[in-house]
Amino acid sequence: MLWEVEIHPLGRDGERDRVCDEFDLLTSSKRGIDLVTATSRGYLIDGHLAGVDVQNLCDELLVDRLVERVDVRALGTPLGTPATTVLLKPGVTDNVADSVVTAATDLGYAVAQARTFRRYYGPDAHAADRDLLARKILANGAIEQAVTGPLHASNLAVGQPYAFRLVVVPLRDLDDAGLMQISRDGQLALSLDEMRTVQAHFREHDRDPTDCELESVAQTWSEHCSHKTLKGVIDYAETAEGVTTTRRYGNLLKETIFGATQEIRRRLGPDDWCVSVFSDNAGVVKFSDDFHLAIKVETHNRPSSIEPYGGANTGLGGVIRDLLGTALGGRPVCNTDVFCFARPDYPADQLPAGVLHPRRTMQGVVAGVRDYGNRMGIPTVNGSISFDDRYLANPLVFCGTVGTVPINKVVKEVMPGDLIVAMGGRTGRDGIHGATFSSLELTDQSETLSGGAVQIGNAIEEKKVLDVLMQARDRGLYTAITDCGAGGFSSAVGEMGADLGAHVELDKAPLKYAGLSYTEIWISEAQERMVLSVPPEKWQELHDLCRSENVEAVVLGTFEATGRLKLSYRGHPVGDLSMHFLHDGRPNVVRHATYTRKPAAPVAGDTTMSPHDALLKILGTYTVCSKESVVRQYDHEVQGGSVIKPLVGLLNDGPSDAAVVTPVLGLTLGAAIGNGLCPQFADLDPYAAAACAIDEALRNVVAVGADPARTAILDNFCWGNVTDPELLGALVRTAEACRDAALAYGTPFVSGKDSLNNEYKSPTLRITIPSTLLITALGRVPDVRQCVTMDLKSPGNRLLLVGTTHDELGGSHYHLVTGKTGGRVPCPDLATAPKIFAALHRAIRGGLVRSCHDLSEGGLAVAVAEMAFAGGVGADLTGANDVTSLFSESATRFLLEVTPENAAALLHHFDGLPVTDIGATVAEQRLRVAGAGGEWLIWAKLADLKEAWQKPLR
Amino acid sequence: MATPSVLLLRAPGTNCDAEAAFAFEKAGAAVRSVHINELRQQPRLLKKHQILLLPGGFSYGDDVAAGKILAAQLSTFLADAVREFRSAEKLVLGICNGFQVLVKAGLLVPPDEDGPLVTLAHNPHGRFEDRWVHLAITPNSCPFLKGLTRMYVPIAHGEGNFVCRKEWIFKGLDQAGQVVLRYTDPQGQPAGFPHNPNGSQGDIAGISDATGRVLGLMPHPERHILGTQHPRWTRDGLKPEGEGMAIFRNAVEYFTG
Repeated sequence: MLWEVEIHPLGRDGERDRVCDEFDLLTSSKRGIDLVTATSRGYLIDGHLAGVDVQNLCDELLVDRLVERVDVRALGTPLGTPATTVLLKPGVTDNVADSVVTAATDLGYAVAQARTFRRYYGPDAHAADRDLLARKILANGAIEQAVTGPLHASNLAVGQPYAFRLVVVPLRDLDDAGLMQISRDGQLALSLDEMRTVQAHFREHDRDPTDCELESVAQTWSEHCSHKTLKGVIDYAETAEGVTTTRRYGNLLKETIFGATQEIRRRLGPDDWCVSVFSDNAGVVKFSDDFHLAIKVETHNRPSSIEPYGGANTGLGGVIRDLLGTALGGRPVCNTDVFCFARPDYPADQLPAGVLHPRRTMQGVVAGVRDYGNRMGIPTVNGSISFDDRYLANPLVFCGTVGTVPINKVVKEVMPGDLIVAMGGRTGRDGIHGATFSSLELTDQSETLSGGAVQIGNAIEEKKVLDVLMQARDRGLYTAITDCGAGGFSSAVGEMGADLGAHVELDKAPLKYAGLSYTEIWISEAQERMVLSVPPEKWQELHDLCRSENVEAVVLGTFEATGRLKLSYRGHPVGDLSMHFLHDGRPNVVRHATYTRKPAAPVAGDTTMSPHDALLKILGTYTVCSKESVVRQYDHEVQGGSVIKPLVGLLNDGPSDAAVVTPVLGLTLGAAIGNGLCPQFADLDPYAAAACAIDEALRNVVAVGADPARTAILDNFCWGNVTDPELLGALVRTAEACRDAALAYGTPFVSGKDSLNNEYKSPTLRITIPSTLLITALGRVPDVRQCVTMDLKSPGNRLLLVGTTHDELGGSHYHLVTGKTGGRVPCPDLATAPKIFAALHRAIRGGLVRSCHDLSEGGLAVAVAEMAFAGGVGADLTGANDVTSLFSESATRFLLEVTPENAAALLHHFDGLPVTDIGATVAEQRLRVAGAGGEWLIWAKLADLKEAWQKPLR
Repeated sequence: MATPSVLLLRAPGTNCDAEAAFAFEKAGAAVRSVHINELRQQPRLLKKHQILLLPGGFSYGDDVAAGKILAAQLSTFLADAVREFRSAEKLVLGICNGFQVLVKAGLLVPPDEDGPLVTLAHNPHGRFEDRWVHLAITPNSCPFLKGLTRMYVPIAHGEGNFVCRKEWIFKGLDQAGQVVLRYTDPQGQPAGFPHNPNGSQGDIAGISDATGRVLGLMPHPERHILGTQHPRWTRDGLKPEGEGMAIFRNAVEYFTG
């Protein structure tokens, strides 16, 4: 019997308020409240249940009668009032429904299937409005369907029986056009060169590939999995003052970013503190006597652009799995999340086809990250949000995780004869073609074409996996582990068995529903799955451990020293590939890159805006303004390691430079996490932008107390279409800056990722994202009791500016708010900067710094304003008396608060380095900045500054 | 009596267990972490322990409603063992999700013939929120809170809005001395949002059962055990320990003192 359990809120109808607000915003109207008069939620339940059973189930489990009212009816009963019901499409993960089935069964109810729904009541009028409402607000067509009127269904089961049929793809006799047709039709994203290589390989073996083999090649060779552009050959031509020089990179990453790390490790010699870099699923560095720290940052841009909640949710889930799959398993201790969106008040009527409104994207992304991190119990301690309208169709979602690895659990080695064990979630049709899809450009068709690539995560499933994995690791029940990410089993098993060989019986994988072909099982990107290599004698113990906590684990096959990847389904061979061909057979990509060095354009544009008004305006820009409403949605304190929180100051609402946690509770050794992101400079000078991003990330962690000599960094490149030589040229310059700055600062890159082709194309419009490099910094804090925060502490102290301010207003927020253009962009002085970082760290360790804030967007003016209103302490600046001093965004600068008695000692640490006493803290609740002629350039109440900063995203 | 022993009950989605265990161990207790599956198989495990701890997290994802599924399991499969545990003068502590479980299992305020008397509903603003709160403490007969008057600790939840079915129920709880923890402003006065972060009736942050030996609270005392966990320790100076520590020490001293 099919039942519908509809639950109505008593009292406030929060969902109605939400959708009405959304409609009004999207249409700039006030018609929302007429369209939606009430909302409800509920369950469709299939099982051998009488009406009274369902009522009992409601009381025992489903309904809280203090705040809810329930209607139970047979499915299909007319509702009496017009309504739209929104359901997840069949096959899309429905965590709550799955929990209901499990819990109800456990309690003795014969529930076979369940699905959740949401329902929206409203008059059957305003057809155009209703249509817009259903499409743009109530349901996301990528994962949900909206049904008008009562629901009808004969059953809730998903899937149908699968009859095995081996699919062979004849390609030995095809011409180029035929090869490309196969690549396109199969969404393989293989280039002609690559297809030809595949063809030659199979000609040599006198047979055609199976679909499964072709997919394995496509997944392994995808940009997402092999980073073929950054690791490929690049012919680079650089033009400066009319003279062109060329150089060839055989492997750009290796020669710049990896190269810098290798050089730093060589210089450190026996003091090298890197453990594993660019080889495992995350970078690993030394931390304490007993633990190393692992860190990984990934992007999940494409899925987040289509279904922001699911995309961000699985983005964070995926990077956490990377950490679980690092060494013999890392334990996550904190997350960092950085997003780039178009401004949230983007005119709704100017949205290109197939693009979600940025406000909705932002809400969905934040909620997705929130729900995964909070449920996993991993504090989200650091992040930032940048805004630029060019992120409209391609929002960027960076998710990162830091974790601990016991020092004796680093080495993993698959042994011949080890069992291939899949652990965690079941395999469904989820995310098929995620890896190849994230290497293609988005089009106005993407919303409909790519639905299969979008998924919803199940954080509790992953938490269960984490819980048993840590026990299994400590009991030594497996020899190696990796996560199932892009490419699913094909990538995970393919990577783990690369040096050995593997035989996989695809029919052994537990499925969410029947009907998956062997190829779908092989490439499915269903979430929350790990692959382990397990010695046969340990299997029973692992199996029992998993079972005791309701985690599914099955043997999929065996690692064997054949050098081949053999796949079978119910005894039928469906694939037999040489590991060597799979991993080393890809033809090298050769790309061309050009870059023209341009002298800084002269500053253009006039402004009558006073520094006072400019400061208020900059504080109110979306990028600079307070993100408190977002930060508070993240649990940033779970696990108890929080030392410096993302929000600091008198009222716990000032913007911390970086977060500090103690990864091992009870130790005073800390980890600081910060980030640098300067896309605003990249348009003018990609080299300077990258160096600034590294400088900023380092500034953030050093400002709170991290040791710059023990700080590791990570790169994440998000770029436009790299077949465009100029965009690739900017990327080469960025990589070169990464090398130079990392070497100068002694900060090794330990991990990195790239997401290319972030471009939107429709017949009439092309939007390329700003060239975006995110640098994440992980610094070791020798003693967290010496940490420093950015809020001013008390009146009567001195304010010291560390670093040199140049006329570098190019790309600055001052230019943004005044409409000026041109100018020189900041670029750190790589000779002096490391000395400044070292001196500041010594001063902080000496306990001489009361507060410290790095200078970034908005320069000195914004930094001092933030310090003042965060601390509830006023400031008078007398040593910064023009626009450049106040608003230039020159790198490697800090504003320090120091007590008068400690000022001399502090200055001593900066002997020979640029440092200036520029003012004092005062009790009066205001910020004053004196001009050269004795006038006040800025005279503002702290309350007004704070209001300007808090208002935009409150 | 020597070291009291804590049974830390873990379920899929429990995630504040490590820091809660840290707090109890620091206070001198021994902690054994037990999965709900194991306890269902061996309810007698409870007999070996003096304190039952339900830590925070998202048990079963808080699917259906916060704490509901674990509560249903406790009521259906472990009712006798838990009843026996309580009547043996032992202590039960539910923090955040653990409080939600205790409330929904009827272990703090038993239901009457019309169903549950109290619940924890969604925060009125509809969001999960992490925020530090000031608590006014009326210990009454609750051993966990003995001698305490104030506490500064964080909350982190989306469903902490304490709701009574009727006004008389709230008054009854108050008169019975069960309303032991209330949200206040920094001066200790009743105040609205954000001081009362979730719209709870009567600013209720935590209640005890009629005996005082079962305590449930939304805030996280286990997140304020160390001085460095205070959000303003860099301003106000580093304290030797956090204010939440007292709850765990009290619990241990109830058995040893």
